[in-house]
Amino acid sequence: MASGVKPRVKAPKSAAAGETVTLKTLISHNMESGQRKDGNGNVIPRSIINRFTCEFNGKSVIDVTMHPAISTNPYFEFEATVPEAGEFKFTWYDDDGDVYEDVKPVSIG
Amino acid sequence: MKLKALTAIVALMAAPAVMAGGADDDTLVINGEIEMVTKTAAAPHLDGALDEVISGWHFREDDTQVMQMDDFDNPGMIAVDFATDAWNTAEGTEGKSCADCHGTPEDSMTGVKAVYPKWNDEAGEVRTIGTQINACRTERMGAEPLKLNSGEIAAMEALISVQSRGMPVNVAIDGPAAETWEKGKEIYYTRFGQLELSCANCHEQNYGNYIRADHLSQGQINAFPAYRLKDAGLVTAQNRFRGCVRDTRAETFDLGSPEFIALELYVASRGNGLSVEGPSVRN
Repeated sequence: MASGVKPRVKAPKSAAAGETVTLKTLISHNMESGQRKDGNGNVIPRSIINRFTCEFNGKSVIDVTMHPAISTNPYFEFEATVPEAGEFKFTWYDDDGDVYEDVKPVSIG
Repeated sequence: MKLKALTAIVALMAAPAVMAGGADDDTLVINGEIEMVTKTAAAPHLDGALDEVISGWHFREDDTQVMQMDDFDNPGMIAVDFATDAWNTAEGTEGKSCADCHGTPEDSMTGVKAVYPKWNDEAGEVRTIGTQINACRTERMGAEPLKLNSGEIAAMEALISVQSRGMPVNVAIDGPAAETWEKGKEIYYTRFGQLELSCANCHEQNYGNYIRADHLSQGQINAFPAYRLKDAGLVTAQNRFRGCVRDTRAETFDLGSPEFIALELYVASRGNGLSVEGPSVRN
């Protein structure tokens, strides 16, 4: 696992049925582009988060493909409608095969 | 002739933008909870120099200001998370972590940032948070000191600073620290480099004005360490000093040198009364 990777999510704990809520997500990650060289002229291998998804009760909310030009600590802010109580599941896919997850339950009220 | 007229028009159009400087009147509240004092009457020792001290936050664009108002949006808080892990990690020959002596940062570090740099009786010198962290590492933990320009030490400073957010800066300038403070004051008013600029030339006499594209603040360090968007990382006060001195085209002092420690004490004291903001967001 790449070092210092930590996902974080800011989501409301409750919402009215049908309400549109704002979700903020950030994952600390170097996002090494694969274009840089080290002091000896060797290419530093690419190591980025290449995909980010968010699901609500198994239904896709957002599915993002990321490329090497995305800067360090990728941040996504987006909106989602909450039709019923349930949970948001956030998933980040690393180049090295690691998958990072976070889950935020939302209640109706 | 035509060209001259054109130049005059351009000059007229440019004028309002140049005059749109100065500090704005926004209010800084973090997470909707912590109210910050970002403008206040200057401390007595600034008599004749400044009437009001103003946080650098007021001189930044709205977008940058907003980032600091929510911990989730403030990238400096990522470093605080990393430093929290480091705080609990044992290092060095003694096998001790920060937590072994100091407990939790919330318990032991509240109010610390507000009074640093501070005279240390045992060592007989003024210490910044950075040099104090390294003294702890070498003397108590038996670990290697951190490089003062490293991300690790800036992050640890951010963790310590965040415990004092909202508390007024109250750096002691009398007693044994007075000599160092005087030295710092002398450096503040000394012109350096090929451009022959002192700190005061920009940050006391011209704050609110633009130096080319840069909006000059008062150079307060109550909000350091600062996450600089341009560096995508945390910057300590002394790091910023080094950047400023370099921009005057001078050879700079080293981080942790007696000169910069004195300057940090003096500049910190100029912000007495402002809230501790670090880690802040700046451009």
